[in-house]
Amino acid sequence: MLRVGAVVIGAGHSGLAVSRHLAERGVDHVLLERSEVASSWRSQRWDSLRLLTPNWLSRLPGYAYRGDDPDGYMSAPQVAAFIEGYAKESAAPVRANTTVTAVRRTDDGYVVETDQETWRARTVVVAAGGASIPSTPELRRGLPAGIEQRAAGGSTPDLPAYRSPADLPQGGVLVVGPSASGIQIAQEVHASGRPVTLAVGEHVRMPRTYRGLDVLWWMDATGLFDDRYDEIPDLLRARVLPSMQLIGSPERATLDLNTLSHAGIRLVGRLAGVRDGVAQLSGSLPNVCTLADLKMKRLLKGFDEWAEAAGAEQTAGLPPGEPMTPTVVPAAPQELDLRSGEYRTVIWATGLQPDFGFLGELPVFDRKGRVRHDGGVVPACPGLYVIGLPFLRRRKSTLIDGAGADAADVTAHLVGHLG
Amino acid sequence: MTTTEKPAADNGVDVPFLLGARTALTDEPAGAQFQWRAETEWVKGTHSRGTVKTFFGLGEEQEHTSSFTFDADHPLQFSSEDHGATPVEIVLVALGACLTAGVASVSQLREIQLRSVKATITGEHDLLGILGADPEVPNRFKGIKVHYDIDADATPDEIAAVVAQSQKRSAVYDCLTSPVAVEVEVN
Repeated sequence: MLRVGAVVIGAGHSGLAVSRHLAERGVDHVLLERSEVASSWRSQRWDSLRLLTPNWLSRLPGYAYRGDDPDGYMSAPQVAAFIEGYAKESAAPVRANTTVTAVRRTDDGYVVETDQETWRARTVVVAAGGASIPSTPELRRGLPAGIEQRAAGGSTPDLPAYRSPADLPQGGVLVVGPSASGIQIAQEVHASGRPVTLAVGEHVRMPRTYRGLDVLWWMDATGLFDDRYDEIPDLLRARVLPSMQLIGSPERATLDLNTLSHAGIRLVGRLAGVRDGVAQLSGSLPNVCTLADLKMKRLLKGFDEWAEAAGAEQTAGLPPGEPMTPTVVPAAPQELDLRSGEYRTVIWATGLQPDFGFLGELPVFDRKGRVRHDGGVVPACPGLYVIGLPFLRRRKSTLIDGAGADAADVTAHLVGHLG
Repeated sequence: MTTTEKPAADNGVDVPFLLGARTALTDEPAGAQFQWRAETEWVKGTHSRGTVKTFFGLGEEQEHTSSFTFDADHPLQFSSEDHGATPVEIVLVALGACLTAGVASVSQLREIQLRSVKATITGEHDLLGILGADPEVPNRFKGIKVHYDIDADATPDEIAAVVAQSQKRSAVYDCLTSPVAVEVEVN
């Protein structure tokens, strides 16, 4: 059995950021990676995907984007190469193609079993990713036979990942979920000539740019991304918030429900049920659009207020804010007959969840199967940490740019635990 | 000494209690499982009387402070005796009550003082459905509109946000906008 101070499970940007901090503090450790560095960016995302964050915002401890397009957005292979470059530069002790099968407690730490060696460590950092497997509603089982199904991200044995429109049968497509992945996929599938209907529940509307600058510049500059988990009023809500409606395109285009309607995509209410092959749609479409419009207005107003005060220097000379166009809510049906032949495919853009099955023997899960943690520290298991989950310690926790600060905090705690 | 601080909003909603309940029931989710009940007794014709007295929640049997009754009937235009609101009107009343309770609670939480709140609720209904005269017309409302007149210490956007949040958290709104399985059995 091999022994180290810390085992890090997963060699994506979070695990590598932790590794960097561990190395700086002289903690001997190993990163166990089920495939290759940044593997999910190679195999688990659709072909045209680009990061939602601009290149300049890809900052990791001791590493950052150095290309000639700071305002651009990396494609998935570019992200994989970027993270791989980080692993090489850090000389991170990655054991590739090593799948962790179980983590067990011992008197003085943990045993980490894998399909290769078995490791013993006083501490374990789970950096296996917060977005591994598709999270789909139970009603998925009620879809009529003959409807093809895809997941917007990730896959399971009975739900293949969406790759590109060319992989879909001809015919109508129902995209479920109006967040970043849903609106992007709806747009490209529609452009392929297939009629698209988008089922719209709660969403976070966002312009790509505001007053000429990337909206994420504003979030970064105003400090919004640094909001802390132990200081915001409703952490539960913040942790389940859908992703922002953004697309990283070279023309820095805004992609929102108005863009999609205008292109000819049909918007309908949230998919609330399936009965006898008929999809039942919520009548809440006007309200979810109103909520999103009001929230976006508040956000932009907050940016303007900051620009007038603390941010005056950084925003000097910027044009005034563009007025927001309210979301146009179309008259929408309450039902869609999925047996009529009009629809051939349903794409689930209903989010992703972690795959922490290897922690199954530890008393760490709440009743909804989520790891209970306090800013990444797992109270039930001293020496066990998680990282890379939504709002782990900060609003930016799931961004590449958020990994550094969280990794520093988690590592500091870990070093304290090692004593 | 003068103070310019505005007085705390008081809409008569016990927000600290509600927030405490949220925390307590998150830790003890069994207590959050409620059953609401109504009894309906036929009186005569289309007239019936509903009674609400008990419910189950917080892990045990509960009781209202008194028993509430609701007469329901159809109007004279239906050749009924009009002893009460029609059932569909009671649905509108329930929606208005639920949303308005939400408006008060959300305003309280956001420290917005309400001065007056009035909702006008209308439901468009094609009777050819329930009369069985046109099989393509559903029995339900074609649509419901709620119009709020609210006077409060807040900007129009803040008031709109309160009303939107109230819809998001409303049980009756969700019952009406999303399908609910209904099972009817006979003794």
